[in-house]
Amino acid sequence: MFKYLKQLTSFIAMVAVLFAFTTEAMAKKSKTLKNTQKKGFVRCGVSQGLPGFSNADASGNWTGVDVDVCRAVAAAVLGDANKVKFTPLSAKERFTALTSGEIDILSRNTTWTLSRDADIGLTFVGVNFYDGQGFMVRKSSGITSTSQFKNGISACTNIGTTTELNMRDFFNSKGISYEPVAFEKADEVVAAYDSGRCDTYTTDKSGLAAQRTKMQNPDEHIVLPETISKEPLGPVVRQGDSVWEDIVRWSLNVMIEAEEYGITSGNADSMKTSENPAIKRLVGAEGELGAAFGLDNDWSLRIIKQVGNYGESYKRNIADTGILPDRGPNQLWTKGGILYVPPAR
Amino acid sequence: MDNRGIEFGYGFLNQESSFDVQFSLIEYDGSHSYARAYLVGLLNTLLVAFLGIIISTIIGVVVGIARLSPNYLIERAAAFYVEFFRNIPLLLQIFFWYFAALRALPLPQDSEAMFGVFYLTIKGFFMPRFIWDNLDVLFYSIIAVIISIIVIRNYAKKLQENQGKQLPVFSISIALLIVLPLLTFLFGGVSLSFELPVLKQLSTTSYVYKGGLGIPPELIALTLALALYTATFIAECVRAGIQGISKGQKEAAASIGLTPNQVLKLVIMPQALRIIIPPTTNQYLNLTKNSSLAAAIAYPDLVLVFAGTALMQTGRAIEIVSITMFTYLSISLSISLLMNWYNKKIAIKEK
Repeated sequence: MFKYLKQLTSFIAMVAVLFAFTTEAMAKKSKTLKNTQKKGFVRCGVSQGLPGFSNADASGNWTGVDVDVCRAVAAAVLGDANKVKFTPLSAKERFTALTSGEIDILSRNTTWTLSRDADIGLTFVGVNFYDGQGFMVRKSSGITSTSQFKNGISACTNIGTTTELNMRDFFNSKGISYEPVAFEKADEVVAAYDSGRCDTYTTDKSGLAAQRTKMQNPDEHIVLPETISKEPLGPVVRQGDSVWEDIVRWSLNVMIEAEEYGITSGNADSMKTSENPAIKRLVGAEGELGAAFGLDNDWSLRIIKQVGNYGESYKRNIADTGILPDRGPNQLWTKGGILYVPPAR
Repeated sequence: MDNRGIEFGYGFLNQESSFDVQFSLIEYDGSHSYARAYLVGLLNTLLVAFLGIIISTIIGVVVGIARLSPNYLIERAAAFYVEFFRNIPLLLQIFFWYFAALRALPLPQDSEAMFGVFYLTIKGFFMPRFIWDNLDVLFYSIIAVIISIIVIRNYAKKLQENQGKQLPVFSISIALLIVLPLLTFLFGGVSLSFELPVLKQLSTTSYVYKGGLGIPPELIALTLALALYTATFIAECVRAGIQGISKGQKEAAASIGLTPNQVLKLVIMPQALRIIIPPTTNQYLNLTKNSSLAAAIAYPDLVLVFAGTALMQTGRAIEIVSITMFTYLSISLSISLLMNWYNKKIAIKEK
């Protein structure tokens, strides 16, 4: 009897050890990555239509710099940049959609702030657009600077954004009383401002430039030169899956670094024979970078070939569409901008 | 929830909200707490529900009676109104009033004064603000009027039961209501002055009215849409209630010499009300819950302020949505309780 018991305990111990090993091996692989590969598409939350960032055309194709981040991740983990399911979200819905697991990446011109990063179960992985809040007014109003704002001004904006908070800080610091008119959807903000309900429309400057193209007479409106806040916009993931977080972060970083080294979607294949080891690493001809995420070695090459580098994405979506032809701070650090990413090695 | 990295707790309610709200009935700005922001949203919801219920009841009763009018034109007009407004989705109607109807209003500098002091503009409806002196004296006088009216009504009822005499209670009440407050103006030191809205220039082409009382266009559009929509259903309840009383009642009342007004007031309405109240309660509840569509046109109600902005700034989805749900449940149950009490009061008292 005692003998059997001893055998049984050793058997249980063996199983337990085996189990411990397998779970540790599984933990290395991201749960989100596994689910994504099982489903065959990346679940990506985007805006309800912001030209240049995430906007769907008449046939339902999404384009924009935010969209390209999700496409880059799809190219890296699934091998095809088109395997993305886009979910349009309002500013109000976006974080809940991410934390509840409805989407796996939120790439929706979202400002990186301390409270969002630390407080609500989210992790920001980087910055794909440096922005700042500004004001739009009618040209005919004669206003050319925010210093001409007077008590009683009404400002249209979106709810659920940092805009609402910045606006209060700005008007309070200037001692100006104002009337905030906050809508749930951007289209209604534009309609209300356009109709004369508000004297000014305030949101991120890139957003102002993009929404201006939607107005009845874009030429009748100007964006004031002042920038009242820092708005680093970037993709967000859920807290708790650090491998997935790394995949999204480095998919974005690869796009920016590829531009730095002059690798484009056109010349990526020929770069494999480059002398520069940094370039060779980026196109998968040297090193084992993908292994750290549980991906193959061509993950970054696929991103560059299918989506292009950051400069290509910017030109295609924001510059060529006439939204913001000047890259401003969103230029590489080597060319006077502030785009600077850690090296992929 | 741990798995998703979500925390749970209601401590955030005491934090500084740091966002402003366009329109609030109590003093509020971003330095107040989230709990205060909740209260602002709640009061705005109650305001629009209250206004909506009053206006929709008035329109509903008038249209309901008009549908039974022997005048063909009135009857058809009422029927058209009911069929038109109740068959268009409410959200569309809200958008219509806000984006189509109010957009046609003039800019502040182009608006013309109504009666010299009211201005209806795209930025809202501006009217004089009342500034009272010794308002409390007037307040006490009105309480005194209400008490004396109740006493007189009871006396008149007794007088009729005992001696068959009728007192002109209505005329006496109106007279009291005018005379007593008027006396407070003359002798009680009560005075009223007005603060008029003044046009103020913001820039070359934009103006706004300052001072006075400003009602935002969002509130006007929402109240209008809710009232016109709900009134159609109430009108049908009223029509059903009146038609539910058998014709014999009316004929019998007429045969004992009651005037048509008395027939309606003493015989038809008391019985019809019993049929009208329960379905109308439903409509009041619907109106209150529909007011949450305010978010679409920037009226800062509970859903926009609390379940919108506050939820976004704190990320406390579960806490805030649960509080909001519980609040709507409480409002609805209170309305329902009140209406049930009223229904019981007017029900047939069997002996």
